[in-house]
Amino acid sequence: MSPLRHLTSPANPLRNPLDQRLPHVAGPCGMVLFGVTGDLSRKKVMPAIYDLYNRGLLPPRFALTGFARRDWETQDFAQIVHDSVREHSRTPFNEDTWKQMAEGIRFVAGDLGDADAYIRLAETVRDLDRDRGTGGNHAFYLSIPPGLFPVVLQHLKGAGLADDSANSWRRVVIEKPFGHDLASAQELNRIVNEVFATTSVFRIDHYLGKETVQNILAVRFANSMYEPLWNSNYVDNVQITMAEDIGIGGRASYYDGIGAARDVIQNHLLQLLALTTMEEPLSFNADDVRAEKVKVLRAIQLPRELGKHTSRGQYSAGYQGGIPVKGYLEEEGINPESLTETFAAMRVDIDNRRWAGVPFYLRTGKRLGRRVTEVAVVFKRAPHLPFTKTAVQELGNNAFVFRIQPDEGITVRFGSKVPNTSDFQVRDVTMDFGYGDSFVDASPEAYERLILDVLLGDPPLFPQNAEVDLAWDILDPVLEYWATHGKPDQYVSGGWGPHSSYEMLARDGRVWRRP
Amino acid sequence: MIRLEDTSGSAVAAAIAEERRRIGSPATGMVLTMLVLADEESQSDATSAAVSAARQHPMRILTLIPRSGKETRLDAEIAVAGEDGPGEVAVLRLRGELANFGNSVAVPLLLPDTPVVAFWPHNAPPVPADDLIGRHAQRRITDLAAEPDPVAALARRKAGYRPGDTDLAWTRLTPWRSALAGALDQPLGQVTSASVFAEDSNASAVLLATWLNKCLHVTVDLVSSSGPGITEVRLETHEGALTLSRPVGDKAMLSRPGAPDSSVALPRRELASLLAEDLRRLDTDEVYGEVIASVSI
Repeated sequence: MSPLRHLTSPANPLRNPLDQRLPHVAGPCGMVLFGVTGDLSRKKVMPAIYDLYNRGLLPPRFALTGFARRDWETQDFAQIVHDSVREHSRTPFNEDTWKQMAEGIRFVAGDLGDADAYIRLAETVRDLDRDRGTGGNHAFYLSIPPGLFPVVLQHLKGAGLADDSANSWRRVVIEKPFGHDLASAQELNRIVNEVFATTSVFRIDHYLGKETVQNILAVRFANSMYEPLWNSNYVDNVQITMAEDIGIGGRASYYDGIGAARDVIQNHLLQLLALTTMEEPLSFNADDVRAEKVKVLRAIQLPRELGKHTSRGQYSAGYQGGIPVKGYLEEEGINPESLTETFAAMRVDIDNRRWAGVPFYLRTGKRLGRRVTEVAVVFKRAPHLPFTKTAVQELGNNAFVFRIQPDEGITVRFGSKVPNTSDFQVRDVTMDFGYGDSFVDASPEAYERLILDVLLGDPPLFPQNAEVDLAWDILDPVLEYWATHGKPDQYVSGGWGPHSSYEMLARDGRVWRRP
Repeated sequence: MIRLEDTSGSAVAAAIAEERRRIGSPATGMVLTMLVLADEESQSDATSAAVSAARQHPMRILTLIPRSGKETRLDAEIAVAGEDGPGEVAVLRLRGELANFGNSVAVPLLLPDTPVVAFWPHNAPPVPADDLIGRHAQRRITDLAAEPDPVAALARRKAGYRPGDTDLAWTRLTPWRSALAGALDQPLGQVTSASVFAEDSNASAVLLATWLNKCLHVTVDLVSSSGPGITEVRLETHEGALTLSRPVGDKAMLSRPGAPDSSVALPRRELASLLAEDLRRLDTDEVYGEVIASVSI
């Protein structure tokens, strides 16, 4: 059970908070999926729904409706779902389970801007309530570009699809990007909130659904041995890295003009930073956790000289793991003059008593050395070392590393005596906890958890307006500075980013960990 | 697999550590030790179910088999993390007088500072928590369905219950209880009475009826059916009856007043999957405790 899960005691006499065996199953409901042919829908959303269904966490009469401008019948859509499930589901395919789920699949053909299509959708939803018993509870999953949100939301409202009642709910699910700067994010919020109340809006940041990300809070607040060290008395610096080994692939049209900072730092890295540095929440319910995240995000300060404490780059041609790869500017669909960064790094500080003076380094990039996401808390060296200089010259800083992906777990690095040497020598060793070694069962896909939480109406894992706005507030000055100063540095594919990112740490007398 | 004949508990512990090192994974993330207290007849199924459950809960499995005989000695078979799963297994045969001192063999083999679970595939002692070996375990798992007279055994289980005990007859009910709780997530009128249909001497049915009685505060009739196991649960309300029935196979039908019928998967689960469920939480199953205390036989 997630440490964030806030369980309320329902009015059902057969449910008892002490009864730990009964799984939390979503009540009667359905989901309407927009953007059914997209990669995300096929590779993540549809398989996650099947996996939840297969695990018995969705109601037996769950309904899934596809909406798209395709000349399809319901069976054509069911075939798409079937194929995606066969190919991408995590749990084994079971013909009976599939048949039962397929009975609840519907398809509505229509243009996103066609009011009549939404009237047909409303009829379909009503029919499902009657024939399948979905109880008027429906979630609308908008797996479409944000530019199309206004038209879809207005039509949902127009057809009465967004109207909930005392006994039933309507929710909307949206994916990142949540805008491309503060102004556009606020505009997006306005458009969405015109139709759905804030509490009915679920923004999916799949990182927050990862067990390892939630584990940050468990490790910090369920244990006694880390929190005393978790402050500027002991911590030297914190490095948060999300590296990808792939390039932009087929996402040129999405990526060019967005770049690494908007794509990753604004959401994933700042959320990881908030979870790593926030104070203990009053409780793990959504409001209390959010209050602490907002507090720490508000305390974040950018360096005064952005040019010296940020770095950006574009990957150039080279070899990646032995395979020749193109540079960013040579990728298909990219303007050869593009200023979009594929690597971004920045320092931020947190102005509060706990963290004053500790630099936080965030970096993300494509075509880096390997695919890895980690939060590394690097500790200060011991104030005094009662050994000879040669004994400890190989000793580095102690570090505590949350390995978010892959190889999920925790690494602790510390010094240990080297055995069997004539002289006394201390060297770094690591102690590893592998999530998969101790909890083999515990790796549902982030999308499973998040979709189930949407259907249960359990919001702690979803960022809300305030967090999104604050993150843009932090990032906007950096983006403006970059837009008016020079261009991204080139870096060789398969390495760890441009030279400027090393210089950025060297100025502070520090070095990047090699993750 | 390694065989050690005429050996000792600490030699077995050393052999396991050596084998670990040999296959290159000295650091283990094992979360618990499971003691399987079996006889020659039941040990094989129980051990392989535990090995299978170890895929979800990496653990050290110690199967202790008392054997009669004049010679007092310990024989062991050891297998460490392999294709079967991440756990490690020692099947220990306690011969002669040693059969009464299994305790001394098990203690050096318990993983430090992690929970211990004891599992009796059948022939559970009257008070599992007071058993010489059971007293090392935080969680003690028994199985009423494996006893010759399950309902009579239920009375013993009630008398011998201590917090930390659970029984697989209760574990088998989880899908039924989950489906019923799910059905009541939608408001249903006041339940006025209930019935559980099951074949005779089914301990799970008695536990289910007791649970329903405790939650709903209504009379629950236990009605004899031809089985297999539990075949139907019926909740009467003023608007009609809600029924969950599983006449055959793994599929049950849920019907409720004013809504279309729906099918619900209620699979009969293997021992391994039951054990895996029981190991998911190792704190006291308080609901089971309340139900077993309220059973009237």
